[in-house]
Amino acid sequence: MLENYLPILIFIIVGVLVGVVMVAMGAMMAPNRPDSEKLSPYECGFESFEDTRMKFDVRYYLVAILFIIFDLEIAFLFPWAVALEEIGMFGFLAMMLFLGILIIGFVYEWKKGALEWE
Amino acid sequence: MDIIDGLTAWIGLPEWLQSWVHTGSSTLILIVTITVPLMLAVAYLTFAERKLIGYMQARIGPNRVGPRGWLQPIADAVKLMFKEIILPTNANKFLFIIAPILSIGPALAAWAVIPFDDGLVLANVDASLLYILALTSVGVYGVIIAGWASNSKYAFLGAMRSAAQIVSYEIAMGFALVGVLMAAGSLNLHDIVTAQSGNFTDWYIWPLFPLFLVYFISGVAETNRAPFDVAEGESEIVAGFHVEYSGMTFAVFFLAEYANIILISTLTAIMFLGGWHPIWDVAPFNWIPNIVWLLGKIAFFAFFFLWFRATFPRYRYDQIMRLGWKILIPVTLVWIIVMGSAMFLTPYGDFFH
Repeated sequence: MLENYLPILIFIIVGVLVGVVMVAMGAMMAPNRPDSEKLSPYECGFESFEDTRMKFDVRYYLVAILFIIFDLEIAFLFPWAVALEEIGMFGFLAMMLFLGILIIGFVYEWKKGALEWE
Repeated sequence: MDIIDGLTAWIGLPEWLQSWVHTGSSTLILIVTITVPLMLAVAYLTFAERKLIGYMQARIGPNRVGPRGWLQPIADAVKLMFKEIILPTNANKFLFIIAPILSIGPALAAWAVIPFDDGLVLANVDASLLYILALTSVGVYGVIIAGWASNSKYAFLGAMRSAAQIVSYEIAMGFALVGVLMAAGSLNLHDIVTAQSGNFTDWYIWPLFPLFLVYFISGVAETNRAPFDVAEGESEIVAGFHVEYSGMTFAVFFLAEYANIILISTLTAIMFLGGWHPIWDVAPFNWIPNIVWLLGKIAFFAFFFLWFRATFPRYRYDQIMRLGWKILIPVTLVWIIVMGSAMFLTPYGDFFH
């Protein structure tokens, strides 16, 4: 069974290698004549004002946190959906309870305005 | 294969090493037979895009390189190879180089589990759908790392937007996949296709129609394509996360994006449109080889990606987030509950199998 996964591992290595080889070929074939203007970060024709690693909107964090919660839920749903035939009525009701709790949380965050972008 | 076997035996490698070389080299040959046509398809998808959008805008599109422009993608690739790769002064050099590689690696590696025909799959593993979901999630790292490492404001903005957008739509995508799993009862892509065998009425697009729509829309958003292309947003943040990339590093991002388009089209065809099954299992439809049916379905969905780009204006960012969180996710949740209830509480459960 596990040897079925060997081609996948090889394919991942090949996929990464394709990227490495292409970038390396570009680096070797292309000219390289850097100057300070060319290497400065692009910003509509003037010197950049400040460092890029500045404060940014907290809502991006919020989306990331919500994503983790919901993605975990999907991780729960996957084995449940595959085994649905075997676990039967009990499994169905248990998941409905779980989904119910989650939907309450979802409605709460919706009402709280966590999903608003203005 | 015989040549390699004979060579290893002639050198006198130990028995176990010989079998290793045997499996390794045969797998590599199979991988090349998947990757090379894929790369060609990617190259000609860019050409098809420029031509199609050209015709949709009453232009001709590229027609100078080769007959009717057919060598245009080759010329583009050669040109990009000889363009300077710029490493901005403030960039994190290592992360800057690693980002495009991180985005093309998963885009190619996901093809390891795609079934092209009955039995025609590189790795027929039971967790194939899980593997696909994992690899498409890894793709977002390329975007985030590129935006962060560039140390440019446009790149940073593009990366933040695109990261939030991709993770939002990934939830809707995951829920849509749960519906497919409930119908098929298996994570194995091959089994999912076999469960849809028969005529076009047996395809999952009918019982799972809302999930099909959600999946395809999420797929468009996941690949950062129009109308969800705020990560690139030419008219506002120039090119988003890859504004600092040039030459081959840019080409790799470009290839990864188009490889992902083909991947999403393939997955949609496999999970909702019956994969390699003909539209009607009677002559003359089943005279056409199965793989041609699959390729036709892939081309059909890929065409939609190009058509969307020519048709729809770009969404505003708050509209994108609202569509993802407030429309697509509730739709999928409701449909999962409807499916479960129909299977366990009503006699109509067979409709969803």
